[in-house]
Amino acid sequence: MDVSAEAKRIMAVSISKLYASRTQRGGMRLHRCLLLSVVMRSARDLYHSACLAKEREELGTAQPVPVTATEEKGEAMDTTTSGDQVDMSRVETEPEPSLTPTLTEEIQTSSDPESTQGPPKPAKISGKNTVEDKENRSPVSPDRHSRKRRGKASVAPDFLPSKRARLSLELGEERAIRTGQRNCCRSGDSLITMSLNSNRAIAAF
Amino acid sequence: MCGVRAGGGSNDVQWCFSQVKGAIDDDVAEADIISTVEFNHSGELLATGDKGGRVVIFQQEIENKSQPQCRSEYNVYSTFQSHEPEFDYLKSLEIEEKINKIRWLPQKNAAQFLLSTNDKTIKLWKISERDKRPEGYNLKEEDGRYIDPNTVTALRVPVFRPMDLMVEASPRRVFANAHTYHINSISINSDHETYLSADDLRINLWHQEITDRSFNIVDIKPANMEELTEVITAAEFHPHQCNTFVYSSSKGTIRLCDMRESALCDKYSKLFEEPEDPSNRSFFSEIISSISDVKFSHNGRYMMTRDYLSVKIWDLNMENRPVETYQVHEYLRSKLCSLYENDCIFDKFECCWNGNDSVVMTGSYNNFFRMFDRGQRRDMTLEASRESSKPRQVLKPRKVCAGGKRKKDEISVDSLDFNKKILHTAWHPQDNIIAVATTNNLYIFQDKVN
Repeated sequence: MDVSAEAKRIMAVSISKLYASRTQRGGMRLHRCLLLSVVMRSARDLYHSACLAKEREELGTAQPVPVTATEEKGEAMDTTTSGDQVDMSRVETEPEPSLTPTLTEEIQTSSDPESTQGPPKPAKISGKNTVEDKENRSPVSPDRHSRKRRGKASVAPDFLPSKRARLSLELGEERAIRTGQRNCCRSGDSLITMSLNSNRAIAAF
Repeated sequence: MCGVRAGGGSNDVQWCFSQVKGAIDDDVAEADIISTVEFNHSGELLATGDKGGRVVIFQQEIENKSQPQCRSEYNVYSTFQSHEPEFDYLKSLEIEEKINKIRWLPQKNAAQFLLSTNDKTIKLWKISERDKRPEGYNLKEEDGRYIDPNTVTALRVPVFRPMDLMVEASPRRVFANAHTYHINSISINSDHETYLSADDLRINLWHQEITDRSFNIVDIKPANMEELTEVITAAEFHPHQCNTFVYSSSKGTIRLCDMRESALCDKYSKLFEEPEDPSNRSFFSEIISSISDVKFSHNGRYMMTRDYLSVKIWDLNMENRPVETYQVHEYLRSKLCSLYENDCIFDKFECCWNGNDSVVMTGSYNNFFRMFDRGQRRDMTLEASRESSKPRQVLKPRKVCAGGKRKKDEISVDSLDFNKKILHTAWHPQDNIIAVATTNNLYIFQDKVN
């Protein structure tokens, strides 16, 4: 569990750094955001694998290959120096279900005029969202040429929690996990989905 | 020319403190943080840029020119505000005035020219001396007041008379609005007419005289930004071949491009990449492999890259691995997690060659800087500190204790001050004189003169 706790901590640190970079003087630095998102994705992938392995163990349907891979990755992802051989190629990037073609298209369109948007808004995407995520769509949409002011309807609806609240919620859950050691995957999922925002951070440039 | 030639290796050289520039206070104003250091082509001028957008130029004054070996001192020659903070209203973003890079143009006449850049705008500055002024106008008094023409009874020709030296810096060209992302490099071509500027995703080619257009020669922006995997971190023209330039990436690769091949140099001519050591894999492998600086050797046969932990020398004829690798501070490899949390892992260290390409230098933490003698395979760690700042005091080599029992005079890794970092260093093009920038001070060290 050390490994997954470490991975989760690194994810939380990365996310908070990404948020902090939004208010940085001079604007978000693409290079820095890219590196942060790379680290965050590695941590997320490792954490996810560790959670899956734990779930399988608990269900009593342990499969030798993934468990071994996780253990190896555990050693690999140990942030202290390790001389062990590591096969990082086994770490599969989790396919991201929330990146529907529609959303992707919109991001392409919005990133095309080289962002007349302000600082990127990491959208909240749930893990199983297959419907076009209108509230999290970039404000610069395909009809960007229209200078008509947008109505309130296109602004993020009130029922969505604020992003700051979300972050503190995640970190709060993380603390609870450390003490309670329960619901590891459920709260981890929240962190994982939050980490998908790394794509938004880059796409918004 | 006066001064000690950079002929010997680093162990022949005894480095002595020469000067320190900047405030002595421990309380550092953010605007005073030095962000770039550069000698001009003769080494007579030394320019620094800071976070406040100012450029300070020092000029070398030699004590006694008749002696073969003598001391030289750098004194302030000119100070000017190069860039001001700006605001991009469309993107609601502030544009920092911090000077990212200064590059000197080769001298063509009495005046000196340099390019300075912040995140978005490059400026060409002319620095010229005025040591005489015209006197004896018919219609103007000496203080500038106009004389009533009716009172003029005789005519005279104005003559030039000596005056106190005045150094003027004037902006001659402003190259703006060509970069969407943050400019990280500028490099002047050996053709003395063009230069390149590079941001995270694009490299543009400019003519020094033309400000309203530039040619895009590299564009690595993907159609879908979510597919972005690497950015450009540094770029430089070859010192002799005006058609060749290199750019480094955040993934640790260097691409050499030939502008004769096509207008858009997206396809590289050579790709320099060293396979990763799998035993060193960690969360932070990608970050520490990101190249922060790339510099051609003066002879144009090699190039040097700096990543977080090492300096690598590449032979331009061999792409699959560097010919030399020097570990700058390998003891930090086990501390990467902490360095990630305190943001030090994102520090961008620069590196430089000495005049004859025999020694390379780069900075580290705790105000340490490292020199690697390529020929003699020796390395040295020195410190830029106020404690070692007595005139002509010889610098004592420092040593970091990575683990185990700490010897006397060694410093343990845990005692290192990560707020004291040397990111910018420069080496005089001919002599053994180096300029090392700590946070807000510029240290100048010289070879010991007997």
